[in-house]
Amino acid sequence: MIRFLAGRLAFAALILFALSTFVFVLFFVAPGDPARLVAGDKATETQLIQIRSNLGLDRPIHEQYLSFLGRAAQGDLGYSYRNQQPVLTLIANRLPATVSLVIGGVILWLSVGIPVGIMSARHPGGWRDRLGQGFILVGLSFPTFVLGMVSLYVFYFLPRQAGFTLFPAGGFKPFWPNPAIWAWHMALPWATVALTTAAVYARLTRGQMLEVMSEDYIRTARAKGVPEHKVVYKHGLRATLTPLVTQLGADIAFLLGGAIVIEQVYGLQGVGALAIQAVNNQDRPVIIGVVLLGGFFIVISNIVVDIIYSLLDPRVR
Amino acid sequence: MGGRMSADTEATEAPTIVQRGALALTVRRLLRDRASMAAVIFILLLVVFAAAAPLVEAWTGHSPIEQFRDTGLSTMGLPVAPNGEFVLGTDQLGRDVLVRLAYGARVSLLVGVVASLAAALVGITIGVIAGFFGGWIDAVLSRTMDLVMSVPFLLCALALVSVFGPSLALSIGVIVFFSWTTMGRVIRGQVISLRERDFVQASRSLGAGPLSIMLIDILPNLSVPIIVYTTMMIPSSIVFEATLSFLGLGIVPPAPSWGGMLADAAANSIYLVAWWLVIVPGTVLLLTTLSFNILGDGLRDALDPKARPVRLRRKRAKP
Repeated sequence: MIRFLAGRLAFAALILFALSTFVFVLFFVAPGDPARLVAGDKATETQLIQIRSNLGLDRPIHEQYLSFLGRAAQGDLGYSYRNQQPVLTLIANRLPATVSLVIGGVILWLSVGIPVGIMSARHPGGWRDRLGQGFILVGLSFPTFVLGMVSLYVFYFLPRQAGFTLFPAGGFKPFWPNPAIWAWHMALPWATVALTTAAVYARLTRGQMLEVMSEDYIRTARAKGVPEHKVVYKHGLRATLTPLVTQLGADIAFLLGGAIVIEQVYGLQGVGALAIQAVNNQDRPVIIGVVLLGGFFIVISNIVVDIIYSLLDPRVR
Repeated sequence: MGGRMSADTEATEAPTIVQRGALALTVRRLLRDRASMAAVIFILLLVVFAAAAPLVEAWTGHSPIEQFRDTGLSTMGLPVAPNGEFVLGTDQLGRDVLVRLAYGARVSLLVGVVASLAAALVGITIGVIAGFFGGWIDAVLSRTMDLVMSVPFLLCALALVSVFGPSLALSIGVIVFFSWTTMGRVIRGQVISLRERDFVQASRSLGAGPLSIMLIDILPNLSVPIIVYTTMMIPSSIVFEATLSFLGLGIVPPAPSWGGMLADAAANSIYLVAWWLVIVPGTVLLLTTLSFNILGDGLRDALDPKARPVRLRRKRAKP
């Protein structure tokens, strides 16, 4: 177990190292003078030189690289070119919206996706299977932003034209002091992220369950006379759901790094929206920070998934 | 088949038994699948629509980037709804949505197909090499695939675009870089089980080199996963490109693309007063991805009927 974990940790470090090198090289070869981005167009040459030396841009490239890696390893992501705030603070301010989106989304897509998958797999070829497969196909094919715009039109604009407010147009309200307002504002974003993702889980569940239900131990359980619902939910479900842990870990991590599209459509001020703004402003430290944070979430989730997996299925250890 | 059989059947009047090859069987299975046929028809129509974009332009007399401020915008400066002159309405700048849709289809299909083929090529090459040689080569390549899969791809795409500026080539490059791994893993797994098979051993004992075994013995056996997974990659590439354009990181305006059209519609929430701006490109985009996904499922069933889950077989009266 310890060797297994050590290997995973080493790989995690490798991913973060590769990612930091990628962003460093990217922004080093990038055209444009960072000092000019910080100071604006009216800055004089002496000001630019001053800023370059403040940022360490006048030092040799390998020194810059090492100090960048060293600071990143300590969690120091530098300061925004735009408003000189620490990148970490900027990201921390944006996390509540993104985390809210992820929590509600996960609960919703699991509670839709898994039942649909089970329903489909229990009646292969029947009308319920076709219904489930139809849901899967449409969900997998629906581009998130199209679904988001259509839901805004149907659930916000049309009711408002009729004279009442069913759902708000977007924006994020903090959980405290009024969770109801928070949930009301998050409802459409949750539904949007959940419907497209639920299809992935329904397909995984269906495929796994079809496979599991043809295993010998299921036949044994049936031969012993175990009632069908017990065969499915007690014997079949555990083996069906274990592989979903991997997918769930990856999805949560990717979304925490910025649900860029959903945040854009619903005007949620989350990490993804921060990334887009940083790109539009050429605010390089913020872009680097968000990319590294995204990588960090993925690495952490990989390790957590491995631990959970080895607890659920001791054979992998 | 027709010409060869007709003389015999007329002479003997006995029911002929036709020997069908694998291709003919696959095509027959696919033809019987109504959903796949609908998908194929939609894709063909879309290809014709995209190819005929200049004809659409000539027929309507509207260029995709021309702004019709007099006829294409209402007196309040809002886009006009579908009408006789603008069949699918106009956008916020008074441009013809139909013409832009046709040129946008070119971008979507081009990116979808080119990026998928390129990603498939990379994935197949890496997958075959990793699976065939095994050992440290496999370890390095598999870890590389894990690495690429562990990268927050949309964020990296953002970073790349912020440095190099958005372009068609960069979009394709980003899509290829982040989507070859699925194919790579599938192919690697298949090759590992194929390389110990008797026909490979036979080739080897006849003195075939590794390159010849990979290309002549193993590759043809991979055609089913290659066809299915490449088809399935097309819709994800199309959505990937549309997402990039939607975020302003893909095709550079004013060149039309579906994602860009939807982004224009989302800007200032103009689509709330002009539903066609989201319904038209949104529906076409959805139908396109849906068609490719249905076709992918259909191809998998037709190419490999054994893999199909057990179905309740109902007897059907023959016509």
